[in-house]
Amino acid sequence: MAFVFILEQVLNGLLVGAYYLLIALGLSLIFSLGGIVNLAHGAFYAVGAYLAVTLAPRIGFAGAFVASPVLVALLGVTVERLFFRRFYRSDPILSLLLTFGLAMIIEQSLRMIFGAAPLPFSIPPALRGQVFVGDFIYPRYRLIIFGVALAAVTATWFLVYRTAFGRVVRAGVQNPDMVEALGISLQPYMTAIAAIGIGLAGLAGVLLAPISGVHPAMGAEILTAAFVVVVIGGLGSFWGVIAAAALVGVVRGLTIYFFPPAGEASMYLLMALVLLVRPRGLLGERIQKFE
Amino acid sequence: MAHSDDLTRRMLLKGAAGATALAGLGMPAIVKAQSDVIRIGHLTPITGFLGPLGEFAQMGVQLAAEEINAAGGVLGRKIELVMEDSVNPQTASAKAERLIERDKVAMIIGEISSASALAIGQVANRTKTVFINTGANSDALRGESCNPFMFHIEAANSMMVRSVGTYLKNENLIKGKKWYSLTADYAFGHDLFKVAKKFVSENGGEFIGEELVPTDATDFSPYLLKIRQARPDVVASNLAGNQITNFIKQYAEYGLQFPITGFGFDTAVAWGAGQGNFSGIWPLIWHHMVDTPSSRKYVEAFTKKYGKPPENQSWGDYNSLKIVAQSFDELKSPDPQKLAEHLRKGAKFDILKNREGYFRPYDNQMVQQMYAVRAKEPGKMANQWDIYEPLGSVPGPNEDLEVLAPPKDGTCKIQA
Repeated sequence: MAFVFILEQVLNGLLVGAYYLLIALGLSLIFSLGGIVNLAHGAFYAVGAYLAVTLAPRIGFAGAFVASPVLVALLGVTVERLFFRRFYRSDPILSLLLTFGLAMIIEQSLRMIFGAAPLPFSIPPALRGQVFVGDFIYPRYRLIIFGVALAAVTATWFLVYRTAFGRVVRAGVQNPDMVEALGISLQPYMTAIAAIGIGLAGLAGVLLAPISGVHPAMGAEILTAAFVVVVIGGLGSFWGVIAAAALVGVVRGLTIYFFPPAGEASMYLLMALVLLVRPRGLLGERIQKFE
Repeated sequence: MAHSDDLTRRMLLKGAAGATALAGLGMPAIVKAQSDVIRIGHLTPITGFLGPLGEFAQMGVQLAAEEINAAGGVLGRKIELVMEDSVNPQTASAKAERLIERDKVAMIIGEISSASALAIGQVANRTKTVFINTGANSDALRGESCNPFMFHIEAANSMMVRSVGTYLKNENLIKGKKWYSLTADYAFGHDLFKVAKKFVSENGGEFIGEELVPTDATDFSPYLLKIRQARPDVVASNLAGNQITNFIKQYAEYGLQFPITGFGFDTAVAWGAGQGNFSGIWPLIWHHMVDTPSSRKYVEAFTKKYGKPPENQSWGDYNSLKIVAQSFDELKSPDPQKLAEHLRKGAKFDILKNREGYFRPYDNQMVQQMYAVRAKEPGKMANQWDIYEPLGSVPGPNEDLEVLAPPKDGTCKIQA
């Protein structure tokens, strides 16, 4: 019986991995391609959730699911144009401080506008319910999150590795001066990357709002876990982020099965172990500028 | 687009460290003081995972100050609040000192975290200034950590357990039943679980699962699977703050049918869960449906000012200031020493309940009625605030109010 329970935790861990994948993907993208350590990623996630709560009663959950990430992406474009742009060539500590400040401003703004108390928000009735496979239980909504996370990562991978757009971005990561010498301006590309990365944070916010508390500090709550997933996965690798998210989900589930108090600590221990064995992360690529 | 050469993955690790630091930062809100007023310090967490409750605390105390000042103030002087975010025990201690030494407040009201309340209580004792704790539940504050200047309008954990426990017994949910508990892995949760386990065991229940949940857990699914596998008769929450919101949302998501209860609870976290998620029987020190004249008046004034009904946390801070104002008037002096004596002498106060409350001199705990509520079915909720129905109050009309209070086990040495 114990084996079945452990298997159930492993499979559930993969589902939880989708949750971690969603919050880490955009962070990884902006760091890998833009070199910005975006501490405001969690804050954009919170904005996505608050937009969902505000918009859903007016345009429905499906409408909010589309509109919120787009609006957060537009916010991302603004932030990139106003701030990120100035920091691509400067000491990364500056962008870190900038985004740290940005995160506090966004969190406090949410607090001032919506109050500190969590806002009520539920899974839409049509998406409620559970799917049973044998005796295993899977909430329908988590399966949807799983599907959306996979779609998001596939689309991002396709964009970066299979399109002309992606080729320019990847060349820019390796040697920006050469790309510019070839007459290609990298600025619009970086704006697009920031929009996609921050939009993904918004998408995560919309999707997770029905199953977690919507309150101003919700971004700070998930930010550390997002960083851990990116570090474990390794820089510049989408497959690395997927593997790391799945691994964190499974390891956490098993830790909670055997020793619950270490549930959250398990991901940090996993990160330490991975860094000891593979300092570049699981599937981190050798990128010139990071060496 | 070029990067400086020192951009390494170390930056990302620093980022992770920064992310952690971010979670702990707060912003002070300082209200400038004026002379010829009676200044009252209000110190409670506004940021962090108790922030949502702290906000209700501030709303409550501000409403009380407004009402007192509108009625002519205290001893002919206006009440002026000096409000601060207590953040954590270290900051709480430093700010309490500053409120007393620099801002010359007459006394301090507030707190939710038991650790911070302990820190403020120590400053209060050293400076002989009254501190009324409005939200910290740990029994230890009324036991070995008690002191003559720290008063508790908030219920102790054992009072929460006994009040909801009475109703759980009525519902036949304790004797011979298998319990599974999730407990917040810090001082408050441990203290609450200890008292809860004692109560359940003494009444014939048995714990088949006792899980500690780290306070930074946002996904509860592995715990929910374990609960489902264990098939308990009752699931009990000893969680805190936003944890409860996440837990009840995901409990509904997984469609588990075991009845839920909890020993610690705040209405705000259930209001924040959303339609169709809230269930179970929960204890409360007061709720907005308590039907007494003063309670109805308070709910009306609060709803008019803030556009939503008051929460149990705003009850504590509102009543504390009212108690202090009434005491100063009766004493004809805002003297902190006299205030402490007056409160300890058993002065009675209308605290928006059927029966008046008083601080008992053994441990400065306010002895009072407690309530329990049951979640309404989603279809029967009139609006987003209408999420539960009252089950009644304990102790019964003919019982001594003190039956709920923590046992006088001699750990508190105020009177010795």
